[in-house]
Amino acid sequence: MLRIGVLALQGAFAAHRQMLEHLGAGTVAVRQPKHLAGIDALVIPGGESTTMSKLAVSTGLFDPLAEMLTSGMPAFGTCAGAIMLATHIADGRTDQRDFETLDIDVRRNGYGRQIDSFETDVEVVGLEAPFHATFIRAPIIERTGPGVQVLARVGQNAVFVREGAVMATTFHPELGADDRLHRLFLDQIGRN
Amino acid sequence: MTEQVSPSGASAVRGTVQVKRGLAEMLKGGVIMDVVDSEQARIAEDSGACAVMALERVPSDIRRDGGVARMSDPQMIEEIKAAVTIPVMAKARIGHFAEAQILQALGVDYVDESEVLTPADETHHIDKWAFDVPFVCGATNLGEALRRIAEGACMIRSKGEAGTGNIVEAVRHLRQILGDIRKITQADSAELFEWAKQLQAPLPLVQEVHDTGTLPVPMFCAGGIATPADAALVMQLGAQAVFVGSGIFKSENPSVMAKAVVEATTNFDDADILVKVSRGLGKSMAGLEIGGLETTFADRGW
Repeated sequence: MLRIGVLALQGAFAAHRQMLEHLGAGTVAVRQPKHLAGIDALVIPGGESTTMSKLAVSTGLFDPLAEMLTSGMPAFGTCAGAIMLATHIADGRTDQRDFETLDIDVRRNGYGRQIDSFETDVEVVGLEAPFHATFIRAPIIERTGPGVQVLARVGQNAVFVREGAVMATTFHPELGADDRLHRLFLDQIGRN
Repeated sequence: MTEQVSPSGASAVRGTVQVKRGLAEMLKGGVIMDVVDSEQARIAEDSGACAVMALERVPSDIRRDGGVARMSDPQMIEEIKAAVTIPVMAKARIGHFAEAQILQALGVDYVDESEVLTPADETHHIDKWAFDVPFVCGATNLGEALRRIAEGACMIRSKGEAGTGNIVEAVRHLRQILGDIRKITQADSAELFEWAKQLQAPLPLVQEVHDTGTLPVPMFCAGGIATPADAALVMQLGAQAVFVGSGIFKSENPSVMAKAVVEATTNFDDADILVKVSRGLGKSMAGLEIGGLETTFADRGW
């Protein structure tokens, strides 16, 4: 059985775990370096990226995790998780750290404040029916590197991207009952 | 709800239940700190707060000063919004929908219809379905929580007794709410009618609690958290995140205390980490016995 680490410093980690377990994967809440042992992949949930970044540093998780990601561990980041994986954060805090494993630039709260949060259907490459996506104080992906595949867009903006074994959405596939993106992630780990 | 059609033709909807409850989901495992100015807001964000609550006076000062406590000055809320990148919440008086309209127009991320302010209506709470901005409300028991959810609240916080630095009421309210949820999951379908009657709560919500074993919205804890151990206690009891009011900025060393409470909330079940973060914090806020209070905020709300 696959063992998926879900970064559980802050945010919607419980919803990710529930969805992954429903799909038959094992999950571990990752809060400290010792929780990294034996995981096949990592999920970084939505939440506050500044909070997660600080806690990742203070718990000593940041460096070992960064190393695992650099050496090719599959990962899936949603919203704040996408920010944590990005190579560059516009509008972040100067002391904010991210894993720089996905070649994208993101702007935090790119659509505005909570009042501008929204739901919409998005067409996803490889899925037959559209995915109903929830965007909450979502970031905007302002640049995608040459190796990055864009799997969904809202207007001009990429909202679902993949580079190698790492995928990221700016919306929240863990909210609601549609588990197709989590399925995609698990299939992809199986192939690597 | 507000519907808009994007340039690509797909329609986007704002202010939905999913979007409003969703932000509460994103705050789980975090600490929401009361701040009275942009300087405090920066300290809160630097310490790892997942959101700040903008208000003019922290609850312990409201308690000390007396008088009518109202919504904060929009200018002060705007300064705090400009100072931080994390979500900013603000309080409206119970039933004061005009204050809530102002807060929505200001672009705050969550409105707290709060018993800490002086109530504006002794019978009615705000009809929260009428807003695109999400609301959090306090509750001392399950009936109160479900009535607030029926009115459209997207997050519940157990009330505790704000401004006392005394955790006893928060524990009472959490146990009351979660204990009744546990009992309801064991009830048969006929007993659910009686539960709805006793709780003075809508039957469909009681049935939902029975089926899912949880509230339909996230439940956080507020009112009396003054130390990292307090945060760990309420998280272990079943709170999904914590609000800290006077406990941070009425302590001797707010920045150190704030960081410690953040780490304790994440690692609430790891005693070794709790030892580490509890050490050498300086003085916590001075506390108050509940029996000696002139006003109990928790009694406000209907």
